[in-house]
Parts: sequence; C-alpha cells; structure tokens
Amino acid sequence: MNAYAMSASPVPDTHVVSDRLSKNAMRHASERVIEALLFAAAAVSVLTTVGIVYVLVSESIQFFASVSIVDFLTDTQWTPLFDDAHFGIMVLVSGTVVSSAVALAVAIPMGTVIAIYLSEFANPKVRELAKPILELLGGIPTIVFGYFALLIVTPLLQKIFPELPGFSLLSAGLVMGIMIVPYVASLSEDAMRAVPMSLREGSYAMGSTRLHTALHVVVPAAFSGLAASYILGISRAVGETMILAVAAGMQPNLTWNPMEPAATITSYIVQVALGDLPHGSIGYQTIFAAGLTLLLITLIFNILGQWLRRKFRENY
Amino acid sequence: MPTNVMPPLKAEARDLSFHYGEVRALKNINMPIYDKKVTALIGPSGCGKSTYLRSFNRMHDLYPGNRYEGEIRFYPDNTNLLSPDVDPIEVRMRVGMVFQKPNPFPKSIYENVAYGLRVRGEKNRRDLDGKVEQALRGAAIWDEVKDRLQDLATNLSGGQQQRLCIARALATDPELLLFDEPTSALDPIATGAIEELVHELKQRVTILIVTHNMQQAARVSDYTAYMYLGEMIEFGKTDDIFIKPQDKRTEDYITGRMG
Repeated sequence: MNAYAMSASPVPDTHVVSDRLSKNAMRHASERVIEALLFAAAAVSVLTTVGIVYVLVSESIQFFASVSIVDFLTDTQWTPLFDDAHFGIMVLVSGTVVSSAVALAVAIPMGTVIAIYLSEFANPKVRELAKPILELLGGIPTIVFGYFALLIVTPLLQKIFPELPGFSLLSAGLVMGIMIVPYVASLSEDAMRAVPMSLREGSYAMGSTRLHTALHVVVPAAFSGLAASYILGISRAVGETMILAVAAGMQPNLTWNPMEPAATITSYIVQVALGDLPHGSIGYQTIFAAGLTLLLITLIFNILGQWLRRKFRENY
Repeated sequence: MPTNVMPPLKAEARDLSFHYGEVRALKNINMPIYDKKVTALIGPSGCGKSTYLRSFNRMHDLYPGNRYEGEIRFYPDNTNLLSPDVDPIEVRMRVGMVFQKPNPFPKSIYENVAYGLRVRGEKNRRDLDGKVEQALRGAAIWDEVKDRLQDLATNLSGGQQQRLCIARALATDPELLLFDEPTSALDPIATGAIEELVHELKQRVTILIVTHNMQQAARVSDYTAYMYLGEMIEFGKTDDIFIKPQDKRTEDYITGRMG
C-alpha cells in the first residue's frame, strides 16, 4: 500500500544537493557513511524486485523451452502433473478473473458508498470512530477470512442456492470483496476529503442537496483518487491467495461460472509449492510461469492506475 | 433613515447577530437592501462583512456550532430567511452567490452553467440550451466560450472562470446575488470586466457585494455600508458615504487613516 502510494507520487524529484555540499567528501566523512547506509537500504528493495523478476523470467524461459507459448495461452486444460500433461494458463486465469470480478462487485460499490458517507455525511465524531475500525478490518489475516468463507458464508449461500458446492468462487470472492472494502473505502475517502470546501460551497450555494453535491461535484472532482483506489482493489483481488486456497477449492477448472469451484493462479502456486516436486522438473517450473503471468497482470493494472491518475489529475 | 423617495426594499436585516460558537461575529445589524440596486459592504479585514453576506444564503448552516439571532426579511413575500422553518435550500434557490476565488466545478462549461437548472429538475434539452446561452450572454462570456461549451471549465483563465461562476449563478434567475470579494483574485482587466458586469446586472437583480477595494465600492455601488468589529457603523448612499461620512470611524477608514 505504501509502496504503491509512493510510486504514484506525482511530484518530480527536484531535490538536488549542490556541488559544494556533495563533493567535499573528507569534510563530511560521517555523512558519507550515513549516505552509503541509506543507499544500501534503498537498494535492497530495488534489488529484491530485480532478483524476483530475474528468477521468474529465467525459470520461465526454461519452461517455455519445453512448452510453446501458444499452447500455454490457448490450451483449455491445466494438468501439469498428469502423464498427459497440458499447460493452459487460461484455466487458472479464469478462476482468478471470476473470483476477482465477484470481489470487486462487492468492494467497489460498498467501498465507494462508505467513502461518500464518511466524507460527506458522517459527523466528525462518527468518522473518527468508524475509520480506524474500518482499517482494522484490513488488518485481519486473510487465512481467517478464508475459513470465514468456508465455514460460515458457504453454508449461508447454500441455503439460498442448494446446489452450491462446498468450495466455490462465489463464496471466496464475496469474502475477498469484504476484505478489500476497507482499502477502497479508506483511499476513496482520502481522495474525496481532499476536494476543497470551496467547490462544495459553490454547489450548496446553487441550492443543491448533500447527496447531489456528493454525487455531482465531489465524486467527479475526486475521480483520479477513486480510480487509483479501485485499481489497488483489483491488484489486491488478483494477488489474494489464502481465501481462495481455503474456500474456492484447488482443482483447475476452466469456467466463467462463480458457482463452481476452481483454482486460481495464486492458489495453484500454493498447492504446488507445498508439494514435493523435484527441483527443475517441468511441474516445478510451472510455478514460475504462473507467477510471471500474475506479475504481468498486476503490472498492467498498476500502469493503468498511473495513467488514470495522470489523465484525471485534480485541477481545482 | 429611508425617506419617501427610497426605492422598494428587497431585503432587510433586523437586529441581526451571529455567533461562531462562543464568538459573536455580528452585533445587532439593521440595514435595508434596496431592490435592483447595488449595495457594497466595506470595512477592514475581520469586520464581519463576509460573515454578514453569507447569512443571506444561510451558508453558515453548513458548519456546526453557528447561530443566528434576529431576522433577515426578504420581500415581496416578507419571509424571514433565518427562520428555522425556512429550508436553507429554498433560500439558496432564490439567493445566488459568487465567491472570492473562482470555483467552477470540474465539468464542462455547459454543465457548470446548467448545474443549478438541473438541481431544479430542468431536463428539457432545448430549455437548458436556451437558458445556458442566456446566462453566458448575461455574464459577458458567451462570445469567448460559445465554440467550446464542452471543454473543461477549469481550463479557462481566472477572469473567465469568475464570469462563468456569475453565469452559473444567473442561470437560475436569482432575486438577490451575493458577491464575496469577486475580483480579489483577478488582474485589473478582468476586474474591470466584472465591475462593468455588476453595473449591467442591477437592471435585473439586486446585488450585495463585499469588497475591500474602496474605489471599487465607489465605482459600482448605489449604497454603501461601512462595518467595523461586527457592527454596522454607517449606511447610506455611496456618494454621501464617500463625500461626507457622518461617523468619524467611517471617515478614518475611507481616507486611509485606518484599516
């Protein structure tokens, strides 16, 4: 979350130390040491990212040496551990897309409504109380959400849909949506509160109600912030693992129906990583190919988020 | 004070006091607002002139802990704008406002002007088009924007934005128009355009304008009120106030010895 906020900062880096200060090394030996330490700390995170990408790409290259990219993208089965092995990543992507879609169908409307309420309607006392509680919800370990989905939400859903199996994308997706609500609500609320009061006053002065002001002035003015919060929600949904591993079942299943169980990219990686596949085998390498796919999907959404931010930069 | 040659009243403050929490910002103000005239409010910073202005459209109701005492009578129907029974939204439907800093909404030029009409439930596209054009013409900005009504209003220059905000307020045909230092963020040319506009607008609407520029008050207004520390010190015809003020404090302020 922080890394995202930092990378999305629109302020260009104009902080330049003058030559007089930076070049005179001996006079500031201790400062040089501290500078080196700070640089090392900053480098660790960058190098870690570079290392992860390197491992993912190099292992994936080996994988794609034995499986063609066309098969990878078009095959309709994902059976890497069977004798008749198929490597159709779309099987896992479908699980990820369906569960994320269910989650976002919950998280985006709910998060936005909560943000509008907190920013435009709630009195300050309610807001001071509600926001920390909401953010607490974001601190619950996802494994807890996973069992909540499996043991409480699924049986409840089965009362409405008796044919719903014990594991389903619907149940996992709904709970995942609840998990994401605080992120969307909190960031959206920040964006709406940043809209200057002068715009609201302008709207009220025209005889507008609170709701009309919120929907027709505040929300459009905060649009880039709202879009960023939605994109963050999407990234969370696509990357979420434990809830799906616990509640959505782990059998690969090419489906667009949320009522079915299915594996997602992440839950497949968990499943294989927990098993004892020999290092270097094709089954082992599928983890990296799947991981690379996941990385690319989240990367696309992050770039989209950056672009939306820039395109709809607040201009009050 | 009013004699038999005075024009009809549009509004009248009666023993108006206002409190921000414990702070008493306005003290027993009594003042007439004449119909289709420009009334200027002058006084040093913090004298309460903006507070007084914002009472006319109940802007203070947006913030907790504010309290009015007394009345603002609104004519011809003799409504007390400050009465708890009167819905502030109803008040704002009749009293428009232009702010110190131009505050166009992040929408198209067209949608900014149509905003108040849409709030009032106007849906007919042809009526909207007509009223938007009329308002933009009334605010002397039509010729500059007629070819780009769908452009974002926030891309206009400061002076254009302020005239757009005036058009936005005019579109709904208010009876009283409040101006809160409308030119303090603008350059002299844009200021001149707004002042000319105020002069033309008084044909159709009553205007109350806060300004800290005394020349501006002298140029645009028919009546002037001098306020100091939350009190209305002196009210009269603008010529009288500027040429022979009755109160020593008014004279000190106008001649630049104070404020």
